[in-house]
Amino acid sequence: MYMIKLAIFGFGAVGRGVAKILIDKERIRRLIGEYTVVAIADSKGAIISDSIDLKKALEIKNKEGSLPERLTVDEIIDSVDFDVALELTPTNIKTGEPGLTHIKKCLKKGCHVVTSNKGPLVVAYKELMKLAEKNNVKLMFEATVGGAMPVIKLIKRDLAGNNIISIKGILNGTCNYILSKMEKEKLPYDVVLSEAKELGIAEANESYDVEGIDSAAKLVILANALMNMDVKFDDVEIVGITKITPEAFEIAMEKGYTIRLIAEVNEQTLKVGPRLVSLNNPLCIHGTLNAVLIKTDLAKEVFVIGRGAGSIETASAVISDLAEIYSCEVNK
Amino acid sequence: MAIVSLVVELKDKPGQLAKVIEPVSKYKGNIISIVHRREEISEGKVPVEISIEIDEKNVKKLLENIKSKGITIKRFNESRLTSTTSVVLIGHIIHTDLSSTIDAVDKTGFAEVVEMHISMPCLNKPSTAMVTISAIGDEELKKAMENLKAVCKKKGIIMIEPLEPE
Repeated sequence: MYMIKLAIFGFGAVGRGVAKILIDKERIRRLIGEYTVVAIADSKGAIISDSIDLKKALEIKNKEGSLPERLTVDEIIDSVDFDVALELTPTNIKTGEPGLTHIKKCLKKGCHVVTSNKGPLVVAYKELMKLAEKNNVKLMFEATVGGAMPVIKLIKRDLAGNNIISIKGILNGTCNYILSKMEKEKLPYDVVLSEAKELGIAEANESYDVEGIDSAAKLVILANALMNMDVKFDDVEIVGITKITPEAFEIAMEKGYTIRLIAEVNEQTLKVGPRLVSLNNPLCIHGTLNAVLIKTDLAKEVFVIGRGAGSIETASAVISDLAEIYSCEVNK
Repeated sequence: MAIVSLVVELKDKPGQLAKVIEPVSKYKGNIISIVHRREEISEGKVPVEISIEIDEKNVKKLLENIKSKGITIKRFNESRLTSTTSVVLIGHIIHTDLSSTIDAVDKTGFAEVVEMHISMPCLNKPSTAMVTISAIGDEELKKAMENLKAVCKKKGIIMIEPLEPE
């Protein structure tokens, strides 16, 4: 029986969520067969072993804040033998780094990659896919868009054969929380934002979410991966939610509308911005949820809703990608 | 295309409606609805309300043709604007010359701002407005929206468009 060797790069919320699920050997063995984690790295350190005790690794991370061995991800890729890299480092939309270098190196080495990192895909989607194909390995990225909500594999696999006409989605839970709260409580933006920060729903530096940058990055991935486009981040027309007034909701409601931050792609459009959404539209969702309305030529409309963030939720998408890689190989 | 609705008075006996329908067909109009207002019969005449979709050029000829058959047209109203949408504007709507913003739509000649609701909670704070625009067709409506969007962008006003057409 072949023993699959996994390497985890990035040990933040998502990395730790993945580790927690990987502890459940019985659950994962059913999906991919025998496996072991041979390397874990965070931004400061690493753990290397033929069979890492994940429980212990999580304890060390919680207690010390970082991992003990002075090794970088680059050094690990060069020196450690593994089959799949789980690239879960933080996103940088502009450069794609450090994830971009990690992914390229792993693919060139002949390793599969599963990533939750939007940056590398936004910066170099086509290049990375070509590289994966050339080296006969897979690059999976379900966790980059919509967290636990299935959308990439749903369209690629379950809607195979369909031409995608348009995708409209709510891809940022923080914005949706703020807007649906403003709608319900009739409160100004600033008040709801500080409340969201207190609840941990918005980050201390909220601009990445509320300016529409995060949604736009996800939209670029959807357009390139699912609609065969070749678009860049700068091609997206972006308007954030910071200037929305509570009165806007009252006035919109008179005509049967509410306001949501919508990412939309079709042949003529690539934009993120606040939109009037009919109260009857399935995208009129509340709280931190994400949702996507897909229009195709054969299946017509398909609607998905789910949790767009969270450690275990996002890890769920990473695990499903891992399962997908080995779904055809498990019985070989 | 325009939508014309007229109320004609017809004698309450067979064959009268044909006198109206024949010219409509002649000028390639499409009848959208016919309502007999039988409860309003007076002096043996029934008011009949007819809505027709017809090329603007033919409206005058149609009315003359109907009249030439001895039928009284009690009321006539032409609604040129068939496509409508609403948008929300947020920003300094009043202090950036509201009328020039509206002109972005009205001066097109094919679209008009038909309704506006402004909320101004505080002096010097951004106002919020719901603007309803009607145009003579979907393409024209789209163009009018683009004009408005360009003007708003220059003035730093956010324009929130509907996700689906109305």
